[in-house]
Order: sequence, then structure tokens, then C-alpha cells
Amino acid sequence: MKRQALTTTLIAYAFLAPALVLLGLFTFYPVLYGSYLGFTDYTVADLASGEGPRWVGLKNLQFVLGDSLFQTGILNSLKYLLVVPLLQIASLAVAVLVNQKLPLMAFFRVGYYIPVVTSISLAAVMWEWIFQKEGFLNWSLQLLNLINSEGRFNWLLNEHTALWAIMLVTFWRGFGYYMVLYLAGLQSIPAELEEAATLDGASAWQRFWLIIVPLMRPTLLLCSLLSTIAAIRVLEEIIVFTGGSGGPLNSTYTALLYVYNKSWGNMLNANFGVAGAAGLLIALVGFALSYLNFRLTREERSER
Amino acid sequence: MSPAKTQEAARLRAKANLRKGLRITLSYALMLVILGFAIFPFLWTLAISITDKQASGISIYDFPRSLFPPAITLGNFFEVIDKLNLGKYFLNSVFITALTVVGTLVVSALAAYPLARLQFPGKALIFGAIVATLVLPTEIAFIVNVITLRDLGLLGSYAGVVLPIIATAFGIFLMRQAYLAIPGTLMEAARIDGATELQILWRVMIPLSMPSLTALGIFTLVGTWNAFFWPSVALLTNDDLLPMSVAILKLKGQFNNDVFNVAAGAMIMMIPVLVVFFLAQRFFMRGLEGAVKG
Repeated sequence: MKRQALTTTLIAYAFLAPALVLLGLFTFYPVLYGSYLGFTDYTVADLASGEGPRWVGLKNLQFVLGDSLFQTGILNSLKYLLVVPLLQIASLAVAVLVNQKLPLMAFFRVGYYIPVVTSISLAAVMWEWIFQKEGFLNWSLQLLNLINSEGRFNWLLNEHTALWAIMLVTFWRGFGYYMVLYLAGLQSIPAELEEAATLDGASAWQRFWLIIVPLMRPTLLLCSLLSTIAAIRVLEEIIVFTGGSGGPLNSTYTALLYVYNKSWGNMLNANFGVAGAAGLLIALVGFALSYLNFRLTREERSER
Repeated sequence: MSPAKTQEAARLRAKANLRKGLRITLSYALMLVILGFAIFPFLWTLAISITDKQASGISIYDFPRSLFPPAITLGNFFEVIDKLNLGKYFLNSVFITALTVVGTLVVSALAAYPLARLQFPGKALIFGAIVATLVLPTEIAFIVNVITLRDLGLLGSYAGVVLPIIATAFGIFLMRQAYLAIPGTLMEAARIDGATELQILWRVMIPLSMPSLTALGIFTLVGTWNAFFWPSVALLTNDDLLPMSVAILKLKGQFNNDVFNVAAGAMIMMIPVLVVFFLAQRFFMRGLEGAVKG
């Protein structure tokens, strides 16, 4: 029997070995070593000449916190969080819309999901044409008489609109995804509840805010948590739309872009110490936001 | 019932029907607008990609004419493959995606088995460690991973792109969930027949977990085909192996004037994903909470 247990253990570890080696080497080690680098002086020149990192304590953290570019980055990443409530409420509303028992609902759902399976680089190619001065967005606004032809501008080259334009693309790529998650939750709301409210004369607007939103709160909070974590880590969108510059005038410079541009985004000047320190600070902000969200969800759970 | 009352009832019913009809019409109108928002970029890009640019006075911004190209051609597609070497990048995408899918399936299917069905010392610890990868600040891992790949001599190779991304908590837990749903009596029967653990995994667990394996494979396929950031970093030193998702932006930068070719390239990249998505839509519309979107 004892021998059998030993065999089982050996087999278990043999099966686990590929996953453990890869996770150890490419997930645990880089997070630990990257955190350590945050307290050292280590540049790409050191790497090339084979010199090791030199311990400098809190110097990098001080530098990063005092760097106005990093402050801009944190501020823009926090601004990016504004997409979360808009995205979540809109996704829930869309889910309610396609949850009706009408023909062609599956067709609309599939159509709304197409942006989700679109690469961010393709999204950048297509949306850049839409945001051009002569692009589709300005043409539509002109059609609606909201601007005239002198009022047209490139939405990605204006420091007041660039971040919002990129947030719109995040919204575009996200609402179908969350719609599907909300559709699963909506199945649990009894149809009689809505029918009763309709008979009592509640409008669609009232039914949405007074019945569906309160009943969907657990799903709403979970999705908001997922969405918050993704939004605070926004990086790919900025790279594909601005080529990594975070322009115009740093108006789209996000926190993680700072990490990228201090390391492999700007390879010849890479400073892994500064990048690691900035990464640690962003991780702290991320943890704080996740914790806040988790507390909110837990209270919600204990209430139910 | 008096005639007056019948009339009143009919009037009320007609009013209710009218309201219902109005509501349905409004719903469809709204859904059509949202559909336009969702797919307009593709429709426009498709229109650009098949526009015959030889015709005089063609501008992609000449709305609404540019949405309905007067002269249609497939020339842009041949040109982008011929001149910009898109075929090479397409094949890179195929190789990277295929290796990642196979790797993810093998690693996940193997690792999930002991976690689901075997008792061994250290199981709780390993389980906890895999859960921990979900909360680790992995967004900074790329900094060190490039250094590691360089030290291993894998920087700028397919293996360097693929190896760091095939072991994921999502894949392992998805497979573990599938194995847990298989009745234990089947395993016991196989053991009594003298089957080894590897045989049980291969003959019992895997055939019965096909839906989960397929789902994992499809999610990995679409995710890897579309991935931009990691391949762009891992192939920093080797432009020749870039997948389409990274190459398309480089092409756009270099040939900014020819939007027609870029649009054709975009379509070439998008069509395989669309085919997979339409064929496997039920996996996506079921809503697995795996991938995270902003």
C-alpha cells in the first residue's frame, strides 16, 4: 500500500511537471525577480555586459513617485476606469434587450460578439480611419448637425479627446463579452416579476433600474471587478493607437505604458530598476482597487 | 355584456396591442443601431479592401459613396500578399497559434488530472500556487521574461513566444472541472482492469472531456491569433517571425498611403477568426469567465 502511495505521488508530479516548470519559470520567477529589480540599479547596458543588478534600496521608488510622467500615467489610468460603469450598465441593458422572446435574437447576440473576437491591432487599424478628420465619426456628427465642416478634427490627435476615443474602442470590444455574462445572470430572474411590474404600469426604464439592476447586483459587481482590473492595466490599446508614445501631449500616457517605455518598449534606454519599481506601485494600486471591489462584493453576498 | 362594454374592451385591447407593437418596433430599431455600432468598422474595411483604387477620384472618406465601391477588385489582396509579404506573416500566425493551442491542451490536460483525481502530498500547496497566479501582478512579468528567454537562447524564436503562455490557471482549472464531473466508478473499473494512470487519462478522462478540451482549444486559438503585446515583445529582435497581429501595424506605418492594401491585410487576418467564431459560436455565447476584457 505504501509503495502504491509513492507511485501515485511520482505519477502526480510527473503529470504536473510541465505546468509547474513553466509557471515557475515564466510567472512566479519574473514577478519575484522583477519586484527585486525594483530595488536595484539595472540597465540594458548592464545586461549586455553581463553585470548584475546593484541594490539601491528605495531610490527607484522615490524617483518614480517624483516623475511627473508616472504621475500623469497613474492619473490617466484612473481616468480610464470611467469606462467601467458605462460599459457595465450598457452591457446589462443590451443583455436585457436581446433577452426578449422575439425572432432573430441569436443573430443580434452573435453580431454584438464579433468585436470581442477582434484583435486590438485590427481594431486600431479600423478605428483610426473612423477617428480621422475626414473620418466616419465626424461625417456622422455633421449629418446630425452637431458640428460643421470647420469643427472637424482628428479625435486621436486632440489631447482632449484621444483618451476618450481609445476608451470608446475598449467599450466596443467589451460590451458583447459582458452581455454574454449578464445573459447568464438574467436567466435567473423570474419572468413573472417583470410581467407583474409591466401590468402595474412600470415603464421599461423603471423596470430596468428598479428590478433588473438590483437583482443583478452580484453579477454587476463581479463584472465590474474584472473590468476594473483590466482597465487599470490598460496598455495594448495605447501602444496600438499611439505607437507607444502616449500622445498627444501625454494625454493617453497610462501607468503601464510607463513600465513598458522604461523597459522593452524603449530597448536601448531600458532601465529595469525603474520599470520594476513602477510596476510594483501599479500592482499596489491594482490590489487596493481589487480589495475595495472584493469588500463590496462580500458585503453584497452576506446581505443576501 | 352590453355593446358599450364590449366596445370599450376592444378599444383597450387595441391600445395594448398598439403599445406592444410600438415596444417591439423600438426594440428592433435599437438593436439595429447597436448592430451598426458593432459591425460598421468591418463593413467599411471590407468595402475599402475590395475597392478598385485604379478608378479616378477614389477616396475612402467620400461618404456614403465609399461604403459602396463603384468598381470592385480583388487586386488589393494579391498586392498585399505579393508586395508586402503578408503570406510570411500569415504562416507565422499559423505556427505560433498551432503550437500554443497544442501546448496549452497538453499541459492543461496533464496537470489537471492529479489535481482532480489523485491524492498526493503537496496537492493543496500546488493548488494554492496555481490560484495565486490569478492575483499576482503578472503585468510586470514581461520585463524579466525577455531576459530569461535571452539567457535560454530562445529570444526571437517561436518557442520563445509560445513557452511562456501555454501554462495557465484558466486552462488547468477548466480541465480539472471537466475531470471532476466524470463518475469515479469509471476510473475504479479501469483500475481493476489493470489500467495505468496514463491509460486512464488517455482512454477514460480525455474522451469524456472533449467538450471542455474543444472549448479550451478554441479560446486559445482565437486569443493567440489576436494577441498583440506579448508576441511584439518576445519577437523584438526578430521581425521575420512576427505574427500578422503585430505585422499589420508595422505595414500600416510603412505604407500609410495605401489604405486599400492595409484593409485587404486586415480582412485576411480577420476572416479565419470569423470562420472559427461562426462555427464555434455556442462555446463563446455560453459565457465562460476566462478571458478578461477592459
